[in-house]
Formats: sequence, structure tokens, C-alpha cells
Amino acid sequence: MRFVSMAAALLLATGASSAFAEEIIVSGSTTVQPLAELLAERYEADHGDVQIVVQGGGSSVGVKSIDNGTAHIGMASREIKESEIAENPEIVIHTIARDGIAIVTYPGFAVDELTMDQVRDIFAGEITRWNAVGGPNEMITVVAREEGSGTRAAFEELVLGESLMSADAILQPSNGAVRTTVTSTPGAIAYISFGYMDDSTMPVSINGAAPSAETVESGEYPVYRPLNMVTFGEPEGAVAQWLDFIKGADGQAIVAAEGYLPVN
Amino acid sequence: MTSGSRHYAARTGIENTMKTVLLVSALASVLIVLLIFVFTLKEAMPAFREIGFEDMLLGKVWRPGNDQYGILAMIAGSGLVTLGAVAIGVPLALGTAVFLSEIAPGWISGIVRPSVELLAGIPSVVYGLFGMVVLVPLVRTIPAPGNVGFGLLSASIVLAVMVLPTIANVSEFAIRSVPKGYREGSLALGATKWETIARVIVPAARPGIISAVVLGLGRALGETIAMIMVIGNSVVIPSASTGNPLSIFLSRARTLTGNIAVEISYATGVHESALFATGVVLFVLIMLVNSSARFLLKSSISRGGKN
Repeated sequence: MRFVSMAAALLLATGASSAFAEEIIVSGSTTVQPLAELLAERYEADHGDVQIVVQGGGSSVGVKSIDNGTAHIGMASREIKESEIAENPEIVIHTIARDGIAIVTYPGFAVDELTMDQVRDIFAGEITRWNAVGGPNEMITVVAREEGSGTRAAFEELVLGESLMSADAILQPSNGAVRTTVTSTPGAIAYISFGYMDDSTMPVSINGAAPSAETVESGEYPVYRPLNMVTFGEPEGAVAQWLDFIKGADGQAIVAAEGYLPVN
Repeated sequence: MTSGSRHYAARTGIENTMKTVLLVSALASVLIVLLIFVFTLKEAMPAFREIGFEDMLLGKVWRPGNDQYGILAMIAGSGLVTLGAVAIGVPLALGTAVFLSEIAPGWISGIVRPSVELLAGIPSVVYGLFGMVVLVPLVRTIPAPGNVGFGLLSASIVLAVMVLPTIANVSEFAIRSVPKGYREGSLALGATKWETIARVIVPAARPGIISAVVLGLGRALGETIAMIMVIGNSVVIPSASTGNPLSIFLSRARTLTGNIAVEISYATGVHESALFATGVVLFVLIMLVNSSARFLLKSSISRGGKN
């Protein structure tokens, strides 16, 4: 009996708190997640009545989650597929930023510049030694994301084209794990979101352009994709206000400060 | 008299209720296993239907983007990493068990036993982290073409340590259950302590040791997160890179469990169903292992009885 009344009290308490704060559930891409968390935190600081819960899961989960109603907003670090739009014609896409994909290598290697074709051949497993692209006579170890990752889907579309990812690649299930692997494995090469670049990673220039927000902006750096949020139908209420904040000047300033490209 | 029979009726009432309660809790686990299996099978059916049972089990290529769903590489990966873990873990665990039950003085086993038990309490993600940061760089120093540290050897070592407490604990219990008379008889016949252990005690404890190893096998086949972190997850059928056949363990691989865990959050449609099918294969594999253990156990017990 005591447990029952305790449970009832708990229920009442949570019910009461959600009466004060409106909850927005956001789920999907792990690439968009850190940015969304920051945007949520800044927004909540000025809007005490809104509580934003950001969950990971992956781009496909993000798109699915608005379909089945488990989230108000889905996150996807790639274009929304035609099949996904066909499945859910009500979907509304909000591009909140653009994000480059950097090609990074094991630190301390002589190679700091590759052409787009060379990158493609390396990841397709056709170039297997560094001396083929002007480096030392060492084996290349390709590190990639798993099948279905938004970053991988964008990379395949932008870089690999018709070629297939080398079956021999080491696959890691997150941007963070890929970064740890590439910075600790001699001869390794990988692709990661701009947002995950730090002092430990060594980026490679592609077709002469170093990966940065500026070179993407100027059109010199070719590998970038949109970061999207999706809603089921046109957003309303608190969801619409938060999305307006993100697309507005304040939100886009945060986007730029985090190393992503603003959309306007 | 009336109060006595009422009392009796109340007691049998409680007896019967308790019997039912206990029956229900026993049936619950049967029901849960059944439900999980049926659900997994149901979700897997579209994959079996569209891809075909044989193409899936024997297919070497797994590229969901191209509608290729062969899981032979994952079956090989799971099999080999389990084999490696048993090869490293069983001697280690058996040695620990024999040492603890037959040789160690009380104060030493007072240190060793809790430490072994503590190994069982370390979360598998911590094992994975340790493997990634310590073992992988260590394995990388083995000179062989294509060796980057991530692969079967690192995974087998991590797994061997993870199954060690299970195998050591159950084996120690089995060795302790060997009747005292066996030891005394052997020693009285003039056998040394080592001869007694090797020829009498360990053979007598064999059924228990076999079930210990199989329990370990089950744990090894099901381990997921630690494997993902050190095995490389490439969908390739492991192969030896040098003349030495053992270099197969330097190859990268992917386990059945890893296949599900790495891809399920992105999968839709046939891809998702194919992952459930991977689960069915894993389920059947573990059932086979467990029932063969039962069979081995039974046959070795009945043989022991005849002697």
C-alpha cells in the first residue's frame, strides 16, 4: 500500500513538473546530437518553461521516430531519402546547418594532401599502400563507420560514388570511436564530421583545400552535407519556437562557433 | 475438531497456492524464452523468405546497401573468436581451479578467489576499453602483413579473461565435490600429489569441468560490446596472412552479436529483418552448444556409473 501511494505521488510529481515545462523530445543522428544539445541548453537558459530532451540513435532512427511519434523532432546528418519521404509524405525538413566531412590520417604521416580520386580509391581498397600517393612504404588501414550511418551515407554519396567501401575496413560505430582508432593506429585513414576534429586529428587537404568552414563556404572543399531536423507536419508551439531560434541569428551564431556552417 | 479441520483446510489452501505460485514462476522463464524465440523468428521470416535461407547462411558478402546479406563471415568470426578464447581461457581457468581447490593454503586462496570473482564483476565495456587501449597496440607489434592490432587475437584475449571466472568457479566447485576417498585412496597407493590431481581428481571432476567450459562458451558467443571495440568489425572471412596458420588470428572479423549491435539502430525493412535472422542463427548456435553440453555431461556421468 505504501508503495502504491509512493508511486502515485511520484506520478503526480512528474505530472506536475511537465505541467510547468513543455517537453520537446529530439532523437536521431549522433553527428547532430552534440550541436542539438548545445542549442537546447542555450535555449532553455532563456526559456525556463521548455525542457528539451536530446537522444542519439542514428539518422534513420531520427526519421523513423517522428513517423511513429516517439519524438517531436528527428535529426539526420544526411539528405532525407526519397523512400523516407514516400513512407511519410507529411515530413517537413528543416536544414539547421551544413557540416563538412574531414579526411584524417594517423598523425605524423608525410601525406597531407590528396585528390578526390585518390581518396575514393583508398577507401574503395584499390590503393592499399601510402607510397602510391606520395607517402612512406606503409600499408593503408581504412577506418570507416558502419553501414547505415549518416556520415557514411554522405561520404559514400559524395566521395565513393559508384565504388564500394573496402570490405577490409575497420568499422567503428561512432565518430568518437573512429577518431580514437585513427589517431592510435599507424597508417590509418578515416573520415569524421568537422565537429569531431580536434588537436589529436590530422586533416588532409582535398584537391588543395584544407577542411574548414571557410573552404566549404567558398566552394573549394567538396565534401559536406546538410544537417537536418525533421518534423511530422509543420511544427507548432514550443517546437516551432525552438526551430525558429535555431534558424535565427542567435542559433546560427552557435552553429558557426561550433565549427559548422550556418545555413543563411 | 471443527477448528482443527478448518486449520487443516487453510494449510492445504496455502500449500496449493504456493505450489501454483512456484509453478508459475518456473513456467515464466520457459514462456519468456519461447516468446523471445518466436518473436525473433517472426521478425526474421521476411529476410529468410526474401534472401533465402541458404544464400544467407552461406553468403560471404554483407552489403545491406546492395541487398547482399550473407552472414558466413560473421559465423566464422564468432566461431573463431570463441575458439581462441577457449584455447587461452580454459587452461588458465583450470589451472586456477586446481590451484584454489588442491594446492593453495587458505590465506592465498583468500586473496585469489575474490580477485577471480571480481573479474566477473567488471563491466564488459571496461574490458573493451582496456583491450582497445592496451591490448590492441600490444598485438600490433607482432610483425605480420596487414596486422593492425584490431582483430581476433585481441578479441580472444579479452574474451578469455571474461570467461575465466565462470569456468574457474564452476570447475573449482566440481573438483571440490570429488569425494575425499578418491584422494586418500590414490595417495595411499603411492601416487604423488600431482599424479593424484592429474589422473584421479580432474578425471573424476570431468562432467563438472565440461559444463564449466560450455557455460563459458555460451558467455563467449553472446559477448557483444567488448568485441565491437577490439575486433575491427570488418565483414571479411578471416584468413591467414603468412605461412603460419595461426596468423588467421591477426585477421579482422565481425561477430554475430556485433553485427546486430552495430547496425540495428540504422536498419529498416529487409536489413532489419536480416539482423533478426542473425539473432536466430545465434540463438540456434547457443542452443546447440548447450544441448551438446547436456549430452556430453550425461554420457560421461553414465560412463562413470558403469565403472
